[in-house]
Amino acid sequence: MTSADLQINRRSFLNRSGFGIGSVALASLLNNELDAAPGSAEKWTGVIKKPHHPARAKRVIHLCMAGGPSHLETLDYKPELAKMNGKPMPQSFTKGQPIAQLQGQANKLKVLGPQHEFQNFGKSGQHISSILPQIGSVADDIAIVRSMVTEQINHDPAHTFMNTGTQISGRPSMGSWLLYGLGAEAEDLPGYVVLTSVGGGQNQPIAARQWHSGFLPSRFQGVPFHAKGDPVLYVTNPKGVSTDDQRSVVNTVNALNGIHNKTADDPEIAARIAQYEMAFKMQASVPGLMDVSKEPQHVLDLYGAKPGDGSFASNCLLARRLAERGVRFIQLYHRGWDHHGGIKNASKNTANLVDRGSAALVKDLKERGMLEDTLIIWGGEFGRTPMAQGNGRDHHIKGFSMWMAGGGIKGGTSHGATDELGYNSVQDIVHVRDLHATLLHLFGIDCRQFSHKFQGLDFRLTGVKPAHVIKPILA
Amino acid sequence: MIRPATLPLLSVIVFGLCSANADDGLLFNRDIRPLLSENCFACHGPDEHERKAKMRLDVRDGGAFEKRDGITAIIPGQPGESELMFRLTTEDKDEVMPPPKSGKKLKPAEIALIKKWIAAGAEYQGHWSFNKPIKPKVEPGLHPVDHFIDKKLATSSLKPATPAEAHTLIRRISLDLTGILPTPTEVDDFHMAYAKNPTAAIQTTTKRLLTSPRYGERMAAFWLDLVRYADSIGYHSDTNMDVYLYREWVINAFNANQPFDQFTREQIAGDLLPEASVEQKIASGYNRLLQTTEEGGAQAKEYITIYAADRVRNISGAWMGGTLGCAQCHDHKYDPYTSKDFYSMAAFFADIKENAVGKRAPGMPAATGQHKKRIADLDKKIAELTQATMVSSPEIKAAQIQWEQSVASSTKPALGKWHLIGPIPGGDPNKAFNTEFGPEKGINPKAVIAGKKWQERPDLADGKVHVLGSDANSAWYLYRTINASVATQLPLSLGSDDGIRVWLNGQEKLKKNTARGAAPDQEKMTLELRQGINHFLMKIVNHGGGGGFYFRADGNELPLNVVTALKVPSGERSEAQKKEIAQYYLGISPALADARTKIAAAEQEKAGLQKNLPRTLVSVSMKPRDIRILPRGNWLDDSGEIVQPAIPKFLGKLETGDKRATRIDLANWLISAENPMTARTFVNRLWKLFFGNGLAKNVNDLGSQGQWPSHPELLDWLAVEFVASGWNIQHIIELIVTSRAYSQSSHASPGLRERDPLNALLARQSRFRVDAEMVRDNALAFGAILTERLGGRSNKPYQPTGYWRHLNFPARKYAHDGGENQYRRALYTHWQRSFLHPSLLAFDAPSREECTAERPRSNTPLQALVLLNDITYVEAARAFAERIIREGGKDSKSRINWAMRIALSRNGNAQEVKLLGDLQASQQKRYIADEKSAAAFNTVGLRPPPKDIPAVELASWTTIARTILNLHETITRY
Repeated sequence: MTSADLQINRRSFLNRSGFGIGSVALASLLNNELDAAPGSAEKWTGVIKKPHHPARAKRVIHLCMAGGPSHLETLDYKPELAKMNGKPMPQSFTKGQPIAQLQGQANKLKVLGPQHEFQNFGKSGQHISSILPQIGSVADDIAIVRSMVTEQINHDPAHTFMNTGTQISGRPSMGSWLLYGLGAEAEDLPGYVVLTSVGGGQNQPIAARQWHSGFLPSRFQGVPFHAKGDPVLYVTNPKGVSTDDQRSVVNTVNALNGIHNKTADDPEIAARIAQYEMAFKMQASVPGLMDVSKEPQHVLDLYGAKPGDGSFASNCLLARRLAERGVRFIQLYHRGWDHHGGIKNASKNTANLVDRGSAALVKDLKERGMLEDTLIIWGGEFGRTPMAQGNGRDHHIKGFSMWMAGGGIKGGTSHGATDELGYNSVQDIVHVRDLHATLLHLFGIDCRQFSHKFQGLDFRLTGVKPAHVIKPILA
Repeated sequence: MIRPATLPLLSVIVFGLCSANADDGLLFNRDIRPLLSENCFACHGPDEHERKAKMRLDVRDGGAFEKRDGITAIIPGQPGESELMFRLTTEDKDEVMPPPKSGKKLKPAEIALIKKWIAAGAEYQGHWSFNKPIKPKVEPGLHPVDHFIDKKLATSSLKPATPAEAHTLIRRISLDLTGILPTPTEVDDFHMAYAKNPTAAIQTTTKRLLTSPRYGERMAAFWLDLVRYADSIGYHSDTNMDVYLYREWVINAFNANQPFDQFTREQIAGDLLPEASVEQKIASGYNRLLQTTEEGGAQAKEYITIYAADRVRNISGAWMGGTLGCAQCHDHKYDPYTSKDFYSMAAFFADIKENAVGKRAPGMPAATGQHKKRIADLDKKIAELTQATMVSSPEIKAAQIQWEQSVASSTKPALGKWHLIGPIPGGDPNKAFNTEFGPEKGINPKAVIAGKKWQERPDLADGKVHVLGSDANSAWYLYRTINASVATQLPLSLGSDDGIRVWLNGQEKLKKNTARGAAPDQEKMTLELRQGINHFLMKIVNHGGGGGFYFRADGNELPLNVVTALKVPSGERSEAQKKEIAQYYLGISPALADARTKIAAAEQEKAGLQKNLPRTLVSVSMKPRDIRILPRGNWLDDSGEIVQPAIPKFLGKLETGDKRATRIDLANWLISAENPMTARTFVNRLWKLFFGNGLAKNVNDLGSQGQWPSHPELLDWLAVEFVASGWNIQHIIELIVTSRAYSQSSHASPGLRERDPLNALLARQSRFRVDAEMVRDNALAFGAILTERLGGRSNKPYQPTGYWRHLNFPARKYAHDGGENQYRRALYTHWQRSFLHPSLLAFDAPSREECTAERPRSNTPLQALVLLNDITYVEAARAFAERIIREGGKDSKSRINWAMRIALSRNGNAQEVKLLGDLQASQQKRYIADEKSAAAFNTVGLRPPPKDIPAVELASWTTIARTILNLHETITRY
């Protein structure tokens, strides 16, 4: 049942009761709404009780390359661009197009050739930059999309667009949508977890709205985990309070709430009791989860992770551990791809920080038999211009690349293409909403049938315009 | 085309419905419009671009009643002949409506309703919230609120609940009106009054709470959500913006019960009002509350569009309870708002001066609150002192005669030679400036300071800039005598490189540490010289580079009229001449020197205050930008027409002649009798504050897709009453709070819960977890550490380390406030849009990026973690524990009951007291065995633990206080 159905049911129910029928048969249909708004003692199992079609994926790991990696140095090989290096950028490409920091230089734009060699990797022979050799080593497991487009050219709104499908604040992120639709297996962890790391470029800010649940109930928002300090906000006992002390307090709180409920008779109290139990469990489980020091050395080596270093590699390993524990949506931000200058070295540096971890995640999940139902998405909020900004590149939204793996994705495939200079996506264009439609599709959800009513309107992750599943990359 | 085959099935259902509703009639707006809106309007509604088959169903003349190709969609009275009915019921996938791919489907009962409606004549009504509300009649003597609620209940089999218990009721009223729970004394007083006369008790309490300053703070939290008040710009770097005086203005407006029409006018157009006051300009800060960006590479043109849309969404959301903002890219799909309406609304705000991208220019300096009071005090003092210096006395008159005689010879004071000592190294500019190296206490000609001795420097001629040296962070002292034949004044012009201090006769007259090069007239002062030798000392402090000074005495030049008058022998002067001399003398009289010094000091302080006034973003009007209709919302597309400010067309037209309509016109329209939305929207939201839900449940959308109100007559009655009362907010609140419906119990039996799960019929009060702000404020209040000070800057409570790690440009470290600022009401928490304070966020406080009319009320593990582990709550628990120990009596039982009376307004029952008593006893044991942990626990937070309470006792009772803070009942409004 979709939320839209629920709304209709509720409306008809209210209308009937307004007529004084007094029917109670439909009351149970309201439960989902009532559960979603306040807390519930029951575990949330999602509004989509039956998938619209068989699901291929059970969880997502989104490796967000924040700052906007240059597709021209990573996944989109453009020999023609190399030939044009240093020459004026043909105005036929750039006239009337939005640009960011190169504003006002429309007549002086010059082409910057690819700064790194590309190689053919794997049996599939996918073209991948030499600065991403580890990702190259899993080329046969990944599908590369080279025809992405987005609508927002500045970091903050572009992230919002990538996460929520719109630039307007206050809309749910894709992780929140998924949790709202399907719930999560995790018993003692949030269903949507965010991890971040830095290095390799200027650290563009990331706002909490990127993992916010917007108009969906706040229980569906992403919860940031941290490698340093409290792993989760407020998860550590106050000083001088032991686990036993905390247990006693939680027990007494729950017992007193139980006594109160005898006279108050309030379903919210059962929910409150359940949440205190869950909180206590989280306090117990999170520190262990975040401590990767007991992972075997060969696993640490696979990722290139050092326990407690807060690196992207460590976060990749944590992502696997979270995935194993039933977290539905795991989002890793690496804030290091904003290369306005010195892109040659900078892109290599950032690539070094993310290459091994990203590939290790694919390999590790595959070895554990989890890749088949874990969807990995790798990419930034936009790409970068074929034109030089000094010795770097500016933001670019008309063509960029991402890759996906696992969870129903056909490995070793490439999809779409940009023009010869890597400016415009020209073949099999994939809009952000198509990416969202594909994501939902892999979870058995038809994006058109998955909506939530807010301000009287049926809001969808994919918005009002038609969104298309990227069928050619599906296994 | 008629397919009668489908009819028999339908008629069965219709029969069933009709029999159940025989006495209830059918209302288009309540029963039919929601069905059509939900299922049909997207393609057959107001949006002409999306409209299919040129057919619209949202209005009567949209083509549905016309015969087209022999087919008529709706034939009144003949559902069987109406194409609409066929389309709704056919099995044919190509013909059925709504089309399957829309995901919409009507239920058989809904189709039956539509059929019944067509059969009854297919009457249309304008959408209810766009119709002017009409006040239904209420029999005199009845409480209007209860009248409508009872009327509705009478049509169901439900009865109102019994009255709530007194302690529940006083908690409810106190939370709803002030956000702070009642003290045990207030509870007891209410108990007694309520027993005598419930109605009077509620009325008195309501009146008392409405006059509490807390009322304005509580209401402000509600309003600030709507207008998206925050302390940071929102986008990208999310840097700070200063607009907290606007928040203070909102609090004051509610406390003064400012009528809502004026409240509206001042926010939207306060700057444009004739002779706008400072407060009105501050109110116009409303127009600056939107999210803005400083991101490098952001295009101004794009952000101008984004800001325009933001403002339309907000004015529409906050005042009109509507979604005009949805018409940015296309005509509205459900309501009759067009895309042109959207851009015409945006045009009202096209005159707001602002940078599209980049730093907000600092706002208007404004004196309010403490500043305003201090400046008024200073003005008063200056006036009083000035008055005093105008009045002569026999002593002054005697002194004047002496003076007259002395000026006959010479009045010019004689300046002695300069003496110099220095440079004296001071370490840094401040130390060099502040350290007393010796001469301040008196001139000792033989002194040796830092190896330097006094030198005579007759070469340092007056009226020139002199370089003293280039020793950094060093001081020089310059000394000379000034010999005055009579007590008189000597105006000086001074300059310094860099800092300067001046003493006359051992009293400091000037102190200024600044970095500059020396020049004439940097400092102007007048020395009040006594008769005889005066000692003048000047200290020059060099920060770096060259240090030096400038000195010029302007002498005592008498004004010409006084000189002339003085030349006349005293016996022969005219009255006018006598007056001139007397007046002049008063101005220099040594007897009044003290008063003059005080005036100068007061004026200096006032100037300083005015220079450092808080600044706040306000609206400043400029030549309006052109606003174009942007096709599909695309800011790069300049092909759309330029529009003028206008209200949505279907709601009428502003009569402004050939003058461009302004924000004043917009505000006046919003609060005009013609506007059907504003009053309904506001009273509906007021209702929500006191019942947990609006009468129309969608407090953010009273449009076509919003739900039909549960009590439409009551909503309209309140709306009309609100306007008729002069937009008197407290009048409506009193009406609501004094109703029987308000004071009934919130208890719902399982049967009632099942029957009316959303409490639409109001056969009970609602219960809900209190807002984020109240969770915090009450925890602090239990421990009596809540700082209650109205208005002012935002504050920074404890926040987990590193929470701001993702902010950049610049990177920021959060530094929590110390002292009483740590413990202010949550309303004053620094509102960082991209990273709202995490414990407020956990309890569903909104980021205020957009208009928020309804906060979710979640119940999550994160809330438990906040109440258990956030320093704020641990420290509050300890403060509470201190009170429990000091004020709660000696034995455990009385202490527990005392604590429960504070937090829950009731005593504990035997079970509760035992549970808490056992916990306290075991904690006592546990901390005796581990005193180190007790000490650690007792030092969470800034507040030092008391010295006179044993650490173990304090720790064990802190655990009890913590437990009570975590109870569901503590944070629930019943």
